[in-house]
Amino acid sequence: MIKHLWTSIRMLVLLGILTVVVYAAVVTGISQLLFPYQANGSLVHYHGRVIGSKLIGQSFTSPKFFDGRPSAAGYNAAASTASNYGPTNPALIKEVQANMAYILKTNPGVKPSQVPVDLVESSDSGLDPDISVAAAYFQAPRVARLNGLPLSSVRHLVATHTVGRFLGMYGNSYVNVLEINLALLHLIHHRS
Amino acid sequence: MTVPGVLGILVFTAFLVVMAKPMGLYLYAVYDRRKTWFDPAIRPVERVIYRWTGVNEDHEMRWTEYFIALLAFNLVGFIVLYIALRIQGALPFNPMHMKDVGPHLAFNTGVSFTTNTNWQAYGGESTMSYASQAMLMMQQFLSPISGLAMVLAFIRGLTRKNANTLGNFWVDLVRTLLWVSLPMAFIGAIVLVGLGNPQNWGTYVTAHTLQGGIQTIAQGPVGMMNSIMQLGDNGGGFFNMNAGHPYETATAASLMFQMVLGFSIPVGLTYYFGKVVKDTRQGWTILGAMLVMFLGGTLVLYHAEALGNPILNHLVGIHGPNMEGKEVRFGPALSSLFESSTTAVSWGSTAAANDSLMPIGGLITLWQMMSGEVIIGAWGVGLLGMLAFAVLAVFLAGLMVGRTPEYLGKKIGSYEVKMAVLAMIVPTFVILGFSAWAVTSHGGLAGIYNPGPHGLSEVLYAYSSGVGNNGSAFGGLDAAAPFYTWTVGLAMLFGRFAMYIPALAIAGSLVQKQSVPESAGTFPTHGFLFGGLLIATVVIVGALVFFPALSLGPLAEHFALWSGHLFGGGGA
Repeated sequence: MIKHLWTSIRMLVLLGILTVVVYAAVVTGISQLLFPYQANGSLVHYHGRVIGSKLIGQSFTSPKFFDGRPSAAGYNAAASTASNYGPTNPALIKEVQANMAYILKTNPGVKPSQVPVDLVESSDSGLDPDISVAAAYFQAPRVARLNGLPLSSVRHLVATHTVGRFLGMYGNSYVNVLEINLALLHLIHHRS
Repeated sequence: MTVPGVLGILVFTAFLVVMAKPMGLYLYAVYDRRKTWFDPAIRPVERVIYRWTGVNEDHEMRWTEYFIALLAFNLVGFIVLYIALRIQGALPFNPMHMKDVGPHLAFNTGVSFTTNTNWQAYGGESTMSYASQAMLMMQQFLSPISGLAMVLAFIRGLTRKNANTLGNFWVDLVRTLLWVSLPMAFIGAIVLVGLGNPQNWGTYVTAHTLQGGIQTIAQGPVGMMNSIMQLGDNGGGFFNMNAGHPYETATAASLMFQMVLGFSIPVGLTYYFGKVVKDTRQGWTILGAMLVMFLGGTLVLYHAEALGNPILNHLVGIHGPNMEGKEVRFGPALSSLFESSTTAVSWGSTAAANDSLMPIGGLITLWQMMSGEVIIGAWGVGLLGMLAFAVLAVFLAGLMVGRTPEYLGKKIGSYEVKMAVLAMIVPTFVILGFSAWAVTSHGGLAGIYNPGPHGLSEVLYAYSSGVGNNGSAFGGLDAAAPFYTWTVGLAMLFGRFAMYIPALAIAGSLVQKQSVPESAGTFPTHGFLFGGLLIATVVIVGALVFFPALSLGPLAEHFALWSGHLFGGGGA
């Protein structure tokens, strides 16, 4: 046992250098060289300032913007979390009811059955940067009206920001909320 | 369920079959010391490591020595990791000034990462410095190899005749790391960074959001850890929400790539097994039995998630799948495939909140862990568990026809059967025993998050995950409470070593036996008949014992849900 402990210690030091020091350094170097944008967090700049990451959802509360998904983390990107509500937990029902009430208030005239599920149920990471394509089209009339844009141009915006499934089979089609809102701002500025 | 969703699951399962042979052949070349492309670069490094550590690579170990070497290596690894976490505040690479990790959490995390469990009672981005993440990553390289070494030794026990020894643990460790883990993890890391993983060592980024708010965005060396985390079936994510976090998995393509990494070694091992025993049908039969169970579980899980929550439909009026705790870019089908895989292959990272799965979805994830993590399973241990079930299956078949059972030419005696049963009984006792303790004690009850039967599911899940060295969780449970850090920590140790010792004992006994030639009375251990028998053994011997507990947890919740009943405050 003593002999093997001594071997273990020497093994751990050597293999530790290989895995922690050499591997980490080489991966970091090559990543920064080949993919600097991704390796530094896919950050988005606007008027010279970092306004967020393309991959990290942020809070949109103004009805002039497209809403993102309900977030149990409150879009705190330094503490990701899900609601972890089980399907028979009354707290889940309450939360979804509250989200639904907000959606019905900001989108007058719609029925609950028309609301896409992802707009009232919380994401896993609390930082979901996307909404479903249905959720984007659902919000288009409101966004168009509040910004004084023709509905067709907002719908066109959704169409051009739709990302399809991987290999046609995997995942959902989606719209990135930060990107479509940036494009929306662009559209507004170029109109006026 | 949608057509693309089901098609995607079927295509992926077929891809696993295609992947088995090339992966298996590569593993065969590595362990049979045949030529590989990497030899000119790696062989010199290997020699240097043996010289500096004083290992004689021609030395052969009996099963007891093999186990002691493995135990010593795991022990030293645990101590080093524990100390590193306790003093993290004084170590470099800590730009966000994370404080030292407390003793309960450091014990739990140390055990978790050295047993290949990667149960996380902490949120990575709010607890760990970059140095600590790198130390955790070291065990993500090393701990899966311990599991793999076990099955290498076991297979040698089956194939060697009239021998005493099962190989050399140090050689198995070093060759796996140099030929398999490091090159594959390196390629994986670069691909994952290309698909969106950050890989830097800077402070968290402060963003001024479009609406005028401030958002602190945690990042760091994610890609390097994410790669070996998935490849090694570890599952300990950089971030709290793990594979669901967009920095760990930005797209469906990235998630698919991570799944391929996670499946590659366990699937390849089944072909490797057939190759070593000189009958590839043996390996295909085992893989077939695994995939039948995996596919069945995945489709049931997907079906449950696609139906959605009937109470929400009734009370709020929404239509559609269950999206609570799911990411839009994955959707119900891919989330279901990933959650089924994470419990089947035992990597344990999650891309959806398992606590918010529908009851039947949660049931499937629980059952795949309670089966003993043999439905594919992590590096080595999945195949090892399945081979223990195979020993039991030939014993049961032998009872039926009244012949002495034999497996691959080795006579199975009472010693082997006793050991195989031991390897299954201990985890069962630990899961049910600890769960019973948790739901009858103050410390256990205080940590439960969801009311009603779902709370019991949370507890059952925690110990099944611990014993199965899985690491995923029903995330609502307060895993950081001392009661759970210690009991789940012990469950992880029992699950790991209560499996290793009997399995190696079987190998140590079989290796001494003469091989008996196949005769007309030999029960063939390949083909559909044996595959069916194997599945039946897993279901009846392995999992039926949990049926009463599952009835009180997910099944009770399922029936309550569909009759419109809520818990902890009223009905619908």
